[in-house]
Amino acid sequence: MTLRVYAIAYLIFLYAPIVLLPVFAFNDATIIAFPLSGFTTDWFSQLLTTQALHRSVQNSLYIACITAVLSTILGVCAARAGAMYNFPMKRSIIGLVMIPLVLPEIIVAVSLLVVAIQILDMGLSNWTVIAAHVLICTPFSIAILNGAFQNLDPSMEEAAMDLGESRWSAFRLVTLPLVMPGIVSSMLIAFTISLDEFIIAFFLTGANPTMPVYIWGLLRFPASLPVVMALGTILVSMSIVLLTIAEILRRRGMARVGVKDKGGFL
Amino acid sequence: MWAKLTATEARRGLLMISPPLIYVLIMLAFPIGAIVLFSFWTQDFMTLDTTFTLQNYREIWAQPIFGALLKRSLFVSGCVTAVTVILAFPVAYFVSFHVKPSRKSLWLFLITIPFWTSYLIRVFLWKVILGYNGVVNSGLVGIGVIDEPLTFILYNVNAVIITLAHAFAPFAILPIFVALEKIDRSLLEASQDLGESKFSTFFRVTLPLAMPGVVAAVLIVFIPTIGDYVTPELMGGAGGKLVANMIQTQFLALNNAPLGAALAIVAMLCVTAISLMFVALNRRWLRGRS
Repeated sequence: MTLRVYAIAYLIFLYAPIVLLPVFAFNDATIIAFPLSGFTTDWFSQLLTTQALHRSVQNSLYIACITAVLSTILGVCAARAGAMYNFPMKRSIIGLVMIPLVLPEIIVAVSLLVVAIQILDMGLSNWTVIAAHVLICTPFSIAILNGAFQNLDPSMEEAAMDLGESRWSAFRLVTLPLVMPGIVSSMLIAFTISLDEFIIAFFLTGANPTMPVYIWGLLRFPASLPVVMALGTILVSMSIVLLTIAEILRRRGMARVGVKDKGGFL
Repeated sequence: MWAKLTATEARRGLLMISPPLIYVLIMLAFPIGAIVLFSFWTQDFMTLDTTFTLQNYREIWAQPIFGALLKRSLFVSGCVTAVTVILAFPVAYFVSFHVKPSRKSLWLFLITIPFWTSYLIRVFLWKVILGYNGVVNSGLVGIGVIDEPLTFILYNVNAVIITLAHAFAPFAILPIFVALEKIDRSLLEASQDLGESKFSTFFRVTLPLAMPGVVAAVLIVFIPTIGDYVTPELMGGAGGKLVANMIQTQFLALNNAPLGAALAIVAMLCVTAISLMFVALNRRWLRGRS
């Protein structure tokens, strides 16, 4: 009983900042503080007319879509290799691929910055951000896809090959449909991470900032804070929807290959 | 050629793992090698001096500011880790032992959602909560607990610790939860049948078996927190800046990438050394229980 109260209090602690977002997004005052003064939707209409914001959102969407696809492709390779094959040094290779999950992001950021600017002498662009985002999203994709590939019976593909399919079409016709929910779920998670990532993007973003970098710029100006709250409200609602879809698909995928759901995807 | 590559299971497996492996080698191993090399060079205004020197490391050793920042960073990361893991354990325990199996995923989902939502804005909202006219202060003044708004909760190290502990909460809960789920429930019954109280069963059976999860949680919180510069920048004020802020300044504002690289490597080495020590101290819990 006490534990349940504690767990609920903990959830309140986790959600406290997010709950405040809509409160200030609809509050008719430029200062983000209590007491509230009145209801307004002005901050949302300001979002519609800010050109710089639109450009940064487009940029971020572009980066996030490409990151989602690439990291999921890499994730499928790693999850499939991990679940269906035995090969030398398997544990250390998979450990190496998962390392970006625990590496401080600033290390990834500065090392890629040095390579891009000083060693390759190329400019920063959306592609430098994508390269880094794929690196940090792949471990998350692998973690999600592991759930989909585990307990997938390798003999099903073998049966398809015995019946005359090639290795690739056996994968495409038998395995792919079974792991499809996991793939979509992995893409949604990678998309959400990339869209929200700031620490690395701040170092590697080119002439056009990504959305979090643009928000970071806004945070310095007190006058623009209510607009940030409005933007945050939209982003949070959007990511909750995406994550809910990802979770439903992840569970469906696990049910499809007959794995008992053991909880979250980490 | 292709037939040869796919001849055995081991080769097929290696072929399959090679795209992510090559990506990590090119995008991580090679760049980290590059900053290690870089840290032995020096910046001479606009030009890079590529003669090998330990000057950056000597400067970090000699100037007290770097040592102080590093110590503060490690202290903050340590506190964040302790707070996060201690607060998270009972929640993981609750979800694993007291929630119906069918509801477990829902709980975990609710716990992870805030983790995925706009990091920058979440950090900023803590400023709103802890600020001079913030939620905590106006609430406490409103109900008459305090007369003056509290000032020790924003623009200092405390604020940084609270915010980071919030940001990393799910990271701590999930590994502990996984370890608790693996515990064979009949062991707990056996312990109580043999006369242990619920309390001593927890400390002599459950906790030792959950230690691999606790160790994983500690590492997964401690290591990344050292690399965060957003929270100290927004919440730390003048006295709450950390080593990641200094690395960022050296790279982006002062244009002294070699010193920044050396600082990043020193920070990384400290974190790795402490993590290895922590794992070594806990090795009796980790051995042969996987």
